[in-house]
Amino acid sequence: MPRLSTWFIKASLIYLATGFTLGALMLANKGLRLDPVFWRLLPVHIELLLTGWIVQLAMGVAFWILPRFQSSRGDVRPAWAAFALLNGGLLLVAAGTLLGAPGWIALAGRLAEVAAVAAFALNAWPRVKPIGV
Amino acid sequence: MPAITRWYVRTSMVYLIAALSLAVLLALAQVVELPKLLQAAGPVYFHLFLVGWVTQLIMGIVFWMFPKYSKERPRGREGLAVATYILLNAGLLLRMLGEPGAAVSVSPLWSWVLVLSATLQWLAGMLFVANTWGRVKER
Repeated sequence: MPRLSTWFIKASLIYLATGFTLGALMLANKGLRLDPVFWRLLPVHIELLLTGWIVQLAMGVAFWILPRFQSSRGDVRPAWAAFALLNGGLLLVAAGTLLGAPGWIALAGRLAEVAAVAAFALNAWPRVKPIGV
Repeated sequence: MPAITRWYVRTSMVYLIAALSLAVLLALAQVVELPKLLQAAGPVYFHLFLVGWVTQLIMGIVFWMFPKYSKERPRGREGLAVATYILLNAGLLLRMLGEPGAAVSVSPLWSWVLVLSATLQWLAGMLFVANTWGRVKER
């Protein structure tokens, strides 16, 4: 497994653990009705698990197993940029939502996430090819 | 494919069928009057889909395909993978009962069903991370 995949996948595991923790807190609160403030965790719970866990894991595994050129994975710089942009964007969206920050923070986070996917595609697109090409 | 992976993958397919069937019922509730029980099933649908299908399928495949932990224990601790499977599914099944139950009844039983469901699913997530972390490594 290449180094970048280990970063993607370990980050995704951290988001899985964090997202599950927030989800468990909300579900327990639904049962015990402790404090409605727990519901503020819902958008962050969704963001961490959909983008942080599932999308990020998919990127890490795709970077690892998609066909290579001889032994090379092509220009890996966009894929590293994707890792930085995805996690930066995700944290901006999560923090912005949780802390009630100005709307431009979440907007910047969303833009970073889109840029992350575009950067990832720059590396992955040419690797989607028949074996031996 | 290891036996526990077969359990994960097959169970995930059952959840996908269950999630989409529930989606049919939720859509039906838009056109005809259905019991209040069903109106509380939205979160159950999402979790059957994303935890029961997507996450469970990933867990099974990861246990099977990720790099070996060591020569002696190539897939880490198999007991942890089995415990994860049991906890995740017990937690999800309790949620399937607890969410509608809590919506239509004031009995404290349903509150504790939800707390137990939360605890079991959380433990499943933590055990999966613990057993997988050491297998995410450069060759």
